[in-house]
Amino acid sequence: MNYRHIKKFALLGAIILSALVSHYSGAINSYYLQVVIFIGINITLAVSLNLINGYTGQFSLGHAGFMAIGAYVAAYLSTEHSAGLFSALGGTNAFSLSVLFIGVLLAGGLAAAVAGLIVGVPSLRLKGDYLAIVTLGFGEIIRVLIQNTDAVGGPRGYSGIAGYTTLFWTFSIAAVTIYVVVSLIDSTYGRGFLTVRDDEIAAEAIGINTTRYKVTAFVLGAFFAGVAGGLYAHSTTYINPSGFDFQRSIEIVIMVILGGMGSTAGVVFAAILLTLLLEYLRFVSGYQWLPEVLRRIAANRMIIYSLVLIALMLLRPQGLFGRLPRRGAVEIPGGKRKEKKPVKVA
Amino acid sequence: MVLLLTMSLCAVIGIVIERLAYRPLRSMPKLTVLITAIGVSLFLEYGGQFVFGPDPKAFPELIADRALEHTGALTITTTQLVAFVVTILLLIALTFIVKRTRLGMAMRAVSNNPTAAALMGINIDTVVSFTFGLGSALAGAAGILYSLSYPSIDPLMGLLPGVKAFVAAVLGGIGNIPGAAVGGIILGVVETFVGGSAFSTYRDAIAFALLIGILLFRPAGIFGKMQAEKV
Repeated sequence: MNYRHIKKFALLGAIILSALVSHYSGAINSYYLQVVIFIGINITLAVSLNLINGYTGQFSLGHAGFMAIGAYVAAYLSTEHSAGLFSALGGTNAFSLSVLFIGVLLAGGLAAAVAGLIVGVPSLRLKGDYLAIVTLGFGEIIRVLIQNTDAVGGPRGYSGIAGYTTLFWTFSIAAVTIYVVVSLIDSTYGRGFLTVRDDEIAAEAIGINTTRYKVTAFVLGAFFAGVAGGLYAHSTTYINPSGFDFQRSIEIVIMVILGGMGSTAGVVFAAILLTLLLEYLRFVSGYQWLPEVLRRIAANRMIIYSLVLIALMLLRPQGLFGRLPRRGAVEIPGGKRKEKKPVKVA
Repeated sequence: MVLLLTMSLCAVIGIVIERLAYRPLRSMPKLTVLITAIGVSLFLEYGGQFVFGPDPKAFPELIADRALEHTGALTITTTQLVAFVVTILLLIALTFIVKRTRLGMAMRAVSNNPTAAALMGINIDTVVSFTFGLGSALAGAAGILYSLSYPSIDPLMGLLPGVKAFVAAVLGGIGNIPGAAVGGIILGVVETFVGGSAFSTYRDAIAFALLIGILLFRPAGIFGKMQAEKV
């Protein structure tokens, strides 16, 4: 049984497992349930950003914007237009609910994908700092535009969203995201992403259409972020444009950096770790035996995030599971890594 | 007075940060340094929130805000005049430092070709520290000038102006000081007009839209030189 089949079984297994767990999730404490759902959503977000940042090397700081678009489109469609769909499918039962949910999530993802296209095309000729700031700018533009749209509540936020998100949906979608990204990268076409990251000029020189890969990365990454946003909206039932700002983008970016840009396993692990850490910090700020200062630091998670970021860059820039690019090493898949031997001058 | 003290303090902070967070990463790819810079920026902002409290505070009135000129519908206040004059003075000082002093020449040399500069005997560490100190001092001055006109300050107030500063620099052409000034003026004028028009809530988005437009059509900026990419 080779790798491809293992992946398909793993995906199927994950979906079935999440369905089973979800079925019995009524017995779990609702707070823990919410945290686990957040973990699933963060995994999807982090893996989608990893495609853009880690595998294609385009440093995007505006991922929260895509999430916002997905969240708002999905929420709007499910609250305003669900009646028509329900009557067409014969009432509010489990089947029609599922169809509706998949529908709005896909719609949110597609809207976000369009935004990814709009963001990706101008970013083509930008590198490094410029790209980061432009994507940051796009994230902010999206947020300002949403804030000015009264139809979805504007600055007051959008409330009353139906709580369709369950463990099953969250982790199935996370599993699908991981499957798509990993399969894509491991394919022949997908190796193009990595070449764009490693050396763009060399990639162009051997005939890789870097434009197509960069735009594809943005569109795909945005799509999954949009779907995650839809999940998020239907879990918290209230969304507000200020919840999708630069801070949220940074949180996702930290997950990708901590996990190692370009390592899906690392990114998943980092997403779980950081979500749990965040929740744990909430408790720490209640510990009476810690000095006041530490408790207040724990309550302000951005200080911790920023320190983690700085420490990570100084001590281990490749993250937990990532690899630093090594000059001169030739990697033969499956074989031993060949080092460039120093030439002996007789 | 207050301005000089603040500028010196900011310069010191900038130099310390460069020593601790940026110098160890000098051999790393630029992305690492960018991420570190974001981390430092966040740390300063939220650390400030931690130390000073997140609620906005009132900036003391350093200069009595009086209306000076009345030319029909136009009114110029003292704060605006002071901001304008100080900016021009700082600009002249900066251009003088960069163009006419040896340290300025060293800065330009390091920017052009660090290896050759080091071979010529320039101490890269000193030059970089000095540059950071200079930039931080000017940012501190800008903070004071900004707060003169908008006396409500809070620890997170710098994020948006910081990004807009980047936009202004890119607009005018990276590496070009008068260009950055022109870029700043253009950005400020556009923002003010948008802020006074029917689309006033889109004011912040306009700055970024401007950036994206410039990067699409003239990535080197208005006064910048189109540089060929060396392989």
